[in-house]
Amino acid sequence: MVWNSASDFFAMGGYGLYVWGSYGVTAACCWSLCWPRAGTVPPCRRWRIWKMNKVKQT
Amino acid sequence: MKKLPRLFTFAAPKTFYRLATVTGPWLYAIAAAFAIWGLYVGFFVAPTDATQGDSYRIIFIHVPAAWMSMVLYMAMAGWAAFGWAANARLASMMARAIAPTGAAFTFLALWTGAFWGKPTWGAWWVWDARLTSELILLFLYLGFMALVEAIDDVRRADHAGALLAIVGAVNVPIIYFSVRWWNTLHQGSSISMTAAPKMAHTMLLSMLLMTVAFWAYAFAVVFMRARAVVLEREIGADWVQALAHKK
Repeated sequence: MVWNSASDFFAMGGYGLYVWGSYGVTAACCWSLCWPRAGTVPPCRRWRIWKMNKVKQT
Repeated sequence: MKKLPRLFTFAAPKTFYRLATVTGPWLYAIAAAFAIWGLYVGFFVAPTDATQGDSYRIIFIHVPAAWMSMVLYMAMAGWAAFGWAANARLASMMARAIAPTGAAFTFLALWTGAFWGKPTWGAWWVWDARLTSELILLFLYLGFMALVEAIDDVRRADHAGALLAIVGAVNVPIIYFSVRWWNTLHQGSSISMTAAPKMAHTMLLSMLLMTVAFWAYAFAVVFMRARAVVLEREIGADWVQALAHKK
């Protein structure tokens, strides 16, 4: 497969939005999952810990 | 002669933690290498499709993501069931570690499917059996994660999650066979074990390379997440305390 130019490559024969929209979101999703520690404590558990601490304080 | 480690050696959180720590970076490297190779073949070797033009190149991520969504669900359900039946702590931790990765792959299968459906079918979404059952799979993953997080008692949460995961496993064969059992807009299986491939060899090669990349990536991410879950749950154990002081 030979692309005539870089703009040809990015245009993907008129389907650039669909192809790059798919690959872009896939890359972003995979990148975000590479940092599991940040997502290990989900919001609901964080909230519970925060609530417990608040109860202790009062 | 050096003794080989027994299989159940890694069932202990401490030894599994070490295994995941050592293998994680290698799995990421394998995933990156295969992804680069697969994308090169997919974008610079595989020809333009005669009917779908270049929009078909979405297949190189769509099909592996869809496969991984189903495989990871079965793995999650299997670990959750084993953890429940055998009261194995690490198995339940593995189930929890797999869920977000499986949900992400399911989301990606749906997202890339929508971006492929629009230029080929003229619609982002149709309530077709394959698409609908895949959407249900996403809800099952989200339901599993929400359920295990909503129950404070960890063992009870694991058991409740296992029950949901086992019941939900019935959806996986429905997804796989939906294109055979019902008339769907979605095309049939891309690869069959009993028939010759319907696509050009370079297209197939790229798809398989990306599949290997996704497998390695899934293992790496699940191992990394499992490490975090192990640390969180074993916080009172001496080896975790020692690890914390070491760092």
